[in-house]
Amino acid sequence: MYKIQHADKIAENIYEFWINAPHVAPNAQAGQFVVIRIDGKGERIPLTISAVDGENVRIVFMAVGKTTTQLADLGTGDQIQDIAGPLGVPSEVKDWGRCAVIGGGVGIACLPILARALKDAGNTVTGIIGARNESLLILEDELRDACDELVVCTDDGSTGFHGFPADILKKLVAEEVVDAVWIIGPAIMMKITSMATREAGIPTFVSLNPIMVDGTGMCGSCRVTVGGETRFACVDGPEFDAHLVDWDELMTRQRIYPEQEKKSLERYHEHTCRCGERK
Amino acid sequence: MNLRPADDRVHDFEEVDTGLPEQTAVLEALRCMECPRPMCVQGCPVSIDIPAFISAIAQEQFRDAARILKQDNMLPAICGRVCPQENQCQGSCIMSKKGKPVRIGALERFIADWERENGVESPGVAPSTGKQVAVVGSGPAGITAASELARAGHSVTIFESLHKAGGVLTYGIPAFRLPKDIVEFEIDQVLAMGAVLRLNHIVGRSVPVDELLRYDAVLIGTGAGLPYFMGIEGENLNGVYSANEFLTRVNLMHADQFPEYDTPVIRGSRVAVVGGGNVAMDSARVARRLGAKVYLIYRRREEDLPARADEVQNAIDEGVEMVCCSNPVRILGGPEVRGVECVRMDMCELDASGRPIPRPLEGEESHFTLDVDMVIEAIGQGPNPLLSGLIPDLERGPKGTIVVDDGGRTSIPHVFAAGDIATGAATVIWAMGSAKKAARSINQMLAGEE
Ligand SMILES: Cc1cc2nc3c(=O)[nH]c(=O)nc-3n(C[C@H](O)[C@H](O)[C@H](O)COP(=O)(O)OP(=O)(O)OC[C@H]3O[C@@H](n4cnc5c(N)ncnc54)[C@H](O)[C@@H]3O)c2cc1C
Ligand SMILES: Cc1cc2nc3c(=O)[nH]c(=O)nc-3n(C[C@H](O)[C@H](O)[C@H](O)COP(=O)(O)OP(=O)(O)OC[C@H]3O[C@@H](n4cnc5c(N)ncnc54)[C@H](O)[C@@H]3O)c2cc1C
Ligand code: FES
Repeated sequence: MYKIQHADKIAENIYEFWINAPHVAPNAQAGQFVVIRIDGKGERIPLTISAVDGENVRIVFMAVGKTTTQLADLGTGDQIQDIAGPLGVPSEVKDWGRCAVIGGGVGIACLPILARALKDAGNTVTGIIGARNESLLILEDELRDACDELVVCTDDGSTGFHGFPADILKKLVAEEVVDAVWIIGPAIMMKITSMATREAGIPTFVSLNPIMVDGTGMCGSCRVTVGGETRFACVDGPEFDAHLVDWDELMTRQRIYPEQEKKSLERYHEHTCRCGERK
Repeated sequence: MNLRPADDRVHDFEEVDTGLPEQTAVLEALRCMECPRPMCVQGCPVSIDIPAFISAIAQEQFRDAARILKQDNMLPAICGRVCPQENQCQGSCIMSKKGKPVRIGALERFIADWERENGVESPGVAPSTGKQVAVVGSGPAGITAASELARAGHSVTIFESLHKAGGVLTYGIPAFRLPKDIVEFEIDQVLAMGAVLRLNHIVGRSVPVDELLRYDAVLIGTGAGLPYFMGIEGENLNGVYSANEFLTRVNLMHADQFPEYDTPVIRGSRVAVVGGGNVAMDSARVARRLGAKVYLIYRRREEDLPARADEVQNAIDEGVEMVCCSNPVRILGGPEVRGVECVRMDMCELDASGRPIPRPLEGEESHFTLDVDMVIEAIGQGPNPLLSGLIPDLERGPKGTIVVDDGGRTSIPHVFAAGDIATGAATVIWAMGSAKKAARSINQMLAGEE
């Protein structure tokens, strides 16, 4: 069992947990993730390591389905059954020069650890974060601190730049002031945003989020097509060259179980209402 | 075998073979000729003293039989159930020349089950040597090595990346062939000797390689868990699984009990399983239990199926339809699977193993389509590359196995390997046997250091 040292709701439907995981934290690097299982009947779900402090790792997640909703219902001092990691290949951190790290929605959570690592490696780091509106923005202060510069975007203009991170990235590309780019967010956002760097051939990494089971390379559930080849996102990734990803296949494979997911969440809601368990 | 009726068992995951009742076991044991030069022992990869344990059963000395058995085999309840005895001990039994061989596997299982019910004698553990040994992986290789090493008095830590120990015994082989409480029981025996189990620990990641190499000795038993795919069109459609994924979802994550358990699995109404080994049979039989009509597509003839003959028969009895001399060329549909196009195969000249080499027949008429909504590929697994790829100087074979000598020694002096990671996908008993040899080498090495 692993203890939740600290649980916080940091935006509408978005939660930040610090979990005690002495076997994960000391060796975790930017770009890696954990697989967690809440209890003996739970599903194994992958979540990115967003920060590390001593023996604790931070995860930031959006409550979208059964498992993330159940997780959100846990609080400080509660325990989860399993956390395995760090998994995946770390981000390619080296002295690129000028880097842009771009986060969309809950994908913003992956940026602090990455921005800090890139800065430590000698890069100048521009953070660009985007959300639908101000209430969905997360980790703004932390990223202002971790990056040399931070640009905030909202789809509705409720704060910062009125528009998408892609617009800002296009400008950086046009001004030729960026040498490497990371884009982390929903698949559709990564697909569209990464188009901005394609022509200029700027190295662009995306963190792919297919459905996983073990997260250790044993099942192939997470297979994605990159550059025409089948790769396992959990062990060959999750970060890949954005310009080689078969995005449509990824998005289709994210929707293998829509009915089961709906049923599972409804059942959870019914159960928690009846038992009054929900906080 | 005492099999439950097919139309009964196909609705649940309870064990198919209910085992021998005591009286039957004793009568079966009395059939043993106690040959002076027993062929069965030669047929056994770990050379169990088979005539001795059978003779103890014949005399109803079950405790003695268990002791004899366990001298050479730490996991008899498992091996008695899943070993391909027909090619090993039973295959060599002199009685098979006169009809039926002694049912050695069933007797092995009988004794193991008897012991479990009547209290296990825990083996003595040598005084502590103060040596630290890391065992990576908790499959049959890891468990066996851990037990030998703990018994020798070393302080043993087993690292397992999944949330449950057992390797393929837990996530691969379905409960109707190998009940999971038996696997747990066997692992608990090892832990009772003082070995420590660390779940959720991915060696190479949670435990970095330099930390691993600081142990006095290391045994790598990470298995052959990397699923191969055929590389045909349509393979990434929704509804195409590797056997590993399908079996893991059901055996480890209990997707058969969704939504009580959270992990889903597609419940195909018509399923094609590709392959002909034990993994394919298991996948087909699990798919049957989830209510599907199941086709098993195999490129050679039915008599060439590499799976255990009994398991093939069980699958057929449970309604799995064999589509032999056929090979898939394309999976149809989008985004979901709607069918699989196959080509009929011609059986050509024999290969070195005496099986015909299959070659696709030419022409339109040799293609046909099976109307299915799910495909499970069970065409083989490769050595798990995660850890071995991270250890510099560790010599690997062309297919990614770790190169070892007869004693399980690798190219790094205090690192040993056993099981599928060293042999390539093989069997439980080979994993055990190689782990015992490696453990013996480790014990020798550590004794020499004192
Ligand atoms: C490498 C990686 C890192 C991730 N990091 C984060 C993160 O930091 N924060 C965050 O909020 N989310 C992250 N995700 C996504 C997160 O895993 C899913 O939101 C979560 O699994 C949904 O589970 P659920 O039961 O709540 O929802 P469900 O209702 O079961 O599913 C909702 C959607 O989530 C996806 N999903 C479902 N099950 C899985 C699974 N086992 N593995 C992967 N995706 C699944 C599917 O596309 C599905 O349509 C990450 C995914 C990957 C692959
Ligand atoms: C479906 C199926 C059916 C089978 N049926 C039979 C049968 O009937 N009879 C028979 O004799 N054989 C059968 N086999 C083969 C047999 O199960 C294997 O040969 C045997 O399990 C190999 O044992 P192992 O210990 O080498 O590896 P495994 O059982 O594969 O165990 C390896 C373990 O190591 C863990 N691991 C891997 N990498 C790491 C890491 N970096 N850190 C920590 N842990 C790690 C894995 O999670 C796993 O638990 C079957 C196999 C399958 C897949
Ligand atoms: S999640 Fe199973 S192989 Fe990647």
